[in-house]
Amino acid sequence: MTDTDVEYDESVDARGAACPGPLMDLIGKMRDVDSGTVVRLVSDNDRSLTDVPEWAAEAGNDLLAVEEGEDHNEFYVEKA
Amino acid sequence: MTEHIVVVGGGTGGTVLANDLADRLDAEIDAGDVRVSLINDDPDHVYKPVWLYVPFGQREPADGRRPLADLVDDRVDLRIDRVTEIDTDAKRLRLQGSPQSVGYDYLTLATGSTLAPEEIPGLAEGGHDFYSESGATALREELLSFTEGTLVLSVVGTPHMCPAAPLEFVFMADSWFRERGLREDVDIVYTYPIQRVHGNPHIAEWARPIMDERGIEVETFFNTEAVDPEARTITSMEGTELDYDLLVDIPPHSGVDLIEAAGLGDGWVDVDRHTLEAEAAEDVYALGDTADTGVPNAGSVAHYQAGVVGQRLASEVRGRPPTATYDGKTLCFVETGMDAASFVEFDYENPPSPAPPSEKLHWSKLAYNESYWLTARGLL
Ligand SMILES: Cc1cc2nc3c(=O)[nH]c(=O)nc-3n(C[C@H](O)[C@H](O)[C@H](O)COP(=O)(O)OP(=O)(O)OC[C@H]3O[C@@H](n4cnc5c(N)ncnc54)[C@H](O)[C@@H]3O)c2cc1C
Repeated sequence: MTDTDVEYDESVDARGAACPGPLMDLIGKMRDVDSGTVVRLVSDNDRSLTDVPEWAAEAGNDLLAVEEGEDHNEFYVEKA
Repeated sequence: MTEHIVVVGGGTGGTVLANDLADRLDAEIDAGDVRVSLINDDPDHVYKPVWLYVPFGQREPADGRRPLADLVDDRVDLRIDRVTEIDTDAKRLRLQGSPQSVGYDYLTLATGSTLAPEEIPGLAEGGHDFYSESGATALREELLSFTEGTLVLSVVGTPHMCPAAPLEFVFMADSWFRERGLREDVDIVYTYPIQRVHGNPHIAEWARPIMDERGIEVETFFNTEAVDPEARTITSMEGTELDYDLLVDIPPHSGVDLIEAAGLGDGWVDVDRHTLEAEAAEDVYALGDTADTGVPNAGSVAHYQAGVVGQRLASEVRGRPPTATYDGKTLCFVETGMDAASFVEFDYENPPSPAPPSEKLHWSKLAYNESYWLTARGLL
């Protein structure tokens, strides 16, 4: 398990989602939320470690934190 | 007591399953121990892969339709009606056209995907698609009169049916305009939501150089936010705006409402990806596009999964433990032009490795499409 102090408003658990599942799941959630909302993505796909930061930068959203765990990682993204 | 197996959805997966059960359980059905019902909301069976060829004038929508009654084994009770509600506790279904509900002992959901263009402002008005019969027919008219300008193919919704189809469409459009001497006057732009041209990295790596070689422009990280049909622009969440003269889109997809209402999943049925059993209810299976397994939404997947569910259901009604499992097998021919195609095969463990495009594979794809009607009948 991972612990973090980042507070979030919405969470997406994409564990088990096939590639490019986790990033698409995050994008789908970001579509629905208002600016300023912090979304947590839980992913067990290692590609998320590169996909998510790349997309966040491209879309101008803030990647607040990445918590790397043993069997999954958590990403905290704030919608611009 | 007669065990009642109900299959909802008479598309690829549901039809193959109903015929598979009729074959496996023929003795039990004849003895009155088992009854198999197939419920579909259309008297016709629709084979969607035909729609890729309709915009280029190579197939007619009618080529993708056959009366379901001609395809389904006589031992199956075929019912043309729409299921409107599933009660997994009482094991009953409500139908649109009948006041009487239907009870089941085992249920399989094979209700496929539906299109939801309304999720994106301006998309229904400004875009064309080849993901529906009416869309493919309207797109054919547009393409025939399109002699210059920018054609944008935008993958708006994922997951979507047949992940290869958007690539196939731009490859075919490229060849089609070349053959007609119009390619110099037509720009083709392809947009995709993530940083590659396809969700699967192996297929993306294979496709990208072909696109570059053919002059197909690529916009990645493009998640369509809105379409302005007046100004003919398409805008992404990432802040990119593209002009188009003809917009072809892969619309957002959704599952059928009754799945969420029945608590079986978020539009798609949550299943064990090996046994295909629903996670939230007993004696319920899902297969094909409806089943949330993470594998592509493809007819080949629905076909393989139908064999697995057929074996499991037959074991269950015979009181034996079901042993068949789905290993993620997916098979796909990928058109790379008007007369060449590639082929991929993969599963949960083994990634795809696209075959070099050839004319032979193109003819194999067309031959598969022709012989599909035998597949649906359970003969192939
Ligand atoms: C343009 C295009 C090209 C494609 N090309 C390929 C290809 O080359 N290879 C490939 O493998 N796949 C391809 N596919 C994908 C393939 O067609 C689908 O993945 C496949 O049809 C899924 O099968 P299914 O049984 O899950 O659903 P479907 O075949 O869509 O069937 C679902 C059925 O359920 C019925 N239904 C829905 N709700 C209800 C209800 N409430 N009550 C009663 N009935 C209901 C529907 O009417 C339909 O008959 C393509 C798809 C498209 C759109």
